[in-house]
Amino acid sequence: MSDQTAKAAIDIRQTSKIYGNDRATGVVALDQVSLIIRDNEFFTLLGPSGCGKTTLLRLIAGFEQPTQGEILLFGEHLEGLPPYRRPVNTVFQHYALFPHMTVAENIAFGLEMLDRPGDEIGTTVQQVLALVQMQHLAERNTNQLSGGQQQRVALARALAPKPKVLLLDEPLSALDFKLRKEMQVELKRLQSETGITFIFVTHDQEEALTMSDRVAVMRDGLILQVGEPRDIYDHPARRFVADFIGDINILSGRILSRTGSRATVKLAAGVFGEASLPETDESLGGEISLAIRPEQLSLVREPNGHSFPGTIREISYFGSGSDYEVGLNTGEIVTLRLQNRSDVDHAWKVGDMVQVAIAANSMQILAD
Amino acid sequence: MEAAKPDNRLSASVVAEAKRARKRRIAMLAPGILTIAVIGIMPLSVVLVYSFLEPGDFGGVSWTPSYDAYVQLLFSEDIFDETLSFTTDYLEIFLRSVSLGLFTTLTCLLVGFPTAYFIATQPPARRNAWLFMITIPFWTNLLIRSFAMLLMLRDQGIVNLALMEIGLVDRPVPMLYTNFAVGLGLVYAYLPFMVLPIYASLEKLDFRLVEASYDLYATRFRVLTRIIIPLAKPGIAAGCILVMIPSLGAYITPVLLGGGKSLMIGNLIELQFGQARNWPFGSAIALVLMVLVMLSLMIYLKSASNRGGAADG
Repeated sequence: MSDQTAKAAIDIRQTSKIYGNDRATGVVALDQVSLIIRDNEFFTLLGPSGCGKTTLLRLIAGFEQPTQGEILLFGEHLEGLPPYRRPVNTVFQHYALFPHMTVAENIAFGLEMLDRPGDEIGTTVQQVLALVQMQHLAERNTNQLSGGQQQRVALARALAPKPKVLLLDEPLSALDFKLRKEMQVELKRLQSETGITFIFVTHDQEEALTMSDRVAVMRDGLILQVGEPRDIYDHPARRFVADFIGDINILSGRILSRTGSRATVKLAAGVFGEASLPETDESLGGEISLAIRPEQLSLVREPNGHSFPGTIREISYFGSGSDYEVGLNTGEIVTLRLQNRSDVDHAWKVGDMVQVAIAANSMQILAD
Repeated sequence: MEAAKPDNRLSASVVAEAKRARKRRIAMLAPGILTIAVIGIMPLSVVLVYSFLEPGDFGGVSWTPSYDAYVQLLFSEDIFDETLSFTTDYLEIFLRSVSLGLFTTLTCLLVGFPTAYFIATQPPARRNAWLFMITIPFWTNLLIRSFAMLLMLRDQGIVNLALMEIGLVDRPVPMLYTNFAVGLGLVYAYLPFMVLPIYASLEKLDFRLVEASYDLYATRFRVLTRIIIPLAKPGIAAGCILVMIPSLGAYITPVLLGGGKSLMIGNLIELQFGQARNWPFGSAIALVLMVLVMLSLMIYLKSASNRGGAADG
């Protein structure tokens, strides 16, 4: 544990932010959040708007002061330090490039404010311009740039002073789909090339899963789950996390017995199976919710030990695969996703009576 | 050949239609053109013509062409032998007016910028209330406001009484009828002209840029000098022009608060049309003042657009 603390880029301890007078009448934007972000990590804060992710970023940058708690940057307390004394830079959602300066002047700004010598500023600006592939536009005015180019300048400007931590506040949300995909790869590359810890804020779950080393899912000022993308996708701890990330089926069931982190469950649909228990050690018993990803289900004709009956209600075709909506005799509906391969022996039709089979180790018990 | 005929007729009717459209356009523009001619160009032409005539014996002008009025600005004529000698009397008046104008503009800027910044950073609902308070003095006649200033600045005025009450001075400080009083009066009169344009450009300022510069290690002072002031420049320039021009030609304030002791251009012009009965000279002074203002404006605009062009390229 002490080893982990030593490597922490950001250590947030029991931090709350309340707008207004007090907890009762004000707005609680962050509620006693504790979080450790490691050095050289691409860390994402993921959640719907109003979940507190941007507030957390602004607390780290120093634009807001926490109502309670403390934040440490590489072991040093940030309390009371204004933004211009924190070795942390931000890439803003709307870039906030200075309109009265050229691209190069924008990028040099932070270095000038740090009173670096002129020749050092010159070489750093050139290096950073090369890093974001913008050398040819150095003397342009910022209003002559496209959205993607402005994005790159904003990135270069924030990277130039070599901050210890780079904060990115939904920087890709204003870009179109293709450009966003490109920038995702670009950001990932920049992070590994510079070795700077990135803290990325987004409401786009796909973006979070693609880019991050670790993700924290937030809602209503709380961090619900922290983990690697795969971990969060496969083992969502709570109903909200399961719902928010990817598509998911939630079925009701009952715990029969538990051993360690796993439990034997019986689905209302009739089948027995093994399921993972959530990490949050709440005493779960009786009626529970089970999450199963659509791609973990398949259709078979004959019942087997891991299947339950249903009727196909709808098929939506999307090229590489199709989503099948199957009504169960419990009244529940499950969605499953199958690849459209030419070598499958037959095509399913709406109205077919089928058996839905569950892949092994694919069920996750959810806490509320 | 037959096919060409209808074409010709068509083009003829098109030309006729275009002519009618042109006439209509001129008719529609007529009120605007008339206003500019009657209010703008005609009076100026009168002043221009008068400045090249000789003064009439009992005021007015006599229709003899002459450029004496302009000579008189720099040279005085000996009454006895009619020789000309260089004189700085009127130059001094110009200089005094210009320096007072600069003082007024600078003071208005120093007071007006923080005021405008304060209003622009208030919550939107409260901004209008503050702007309203800034414009309230406008609703009172300038003469009345100058008299109010006079009452405050005189020896038995509230300022001197207060100073004596707290024991800072034991005799009234003479403030009325000094250049200081004139400057103060001008600042008071023209401050809103500085505050409003600066407010307008600060209100448009994206305060996320301030946050961004703050994040990039700029201290408060550097945020002000590197981000806020450069972005508010159009408003600052407009405010300076709006204050400088009227304070150069101010008339009421120097008379009331300066006691007519030191002449300003405005008073000098008034004098020529009044007691001195030298209308051509008054016209010449007015024109010279106008040309000076226009020249300095042109130089400013030229340098501003040059800088803009350099930034664009």
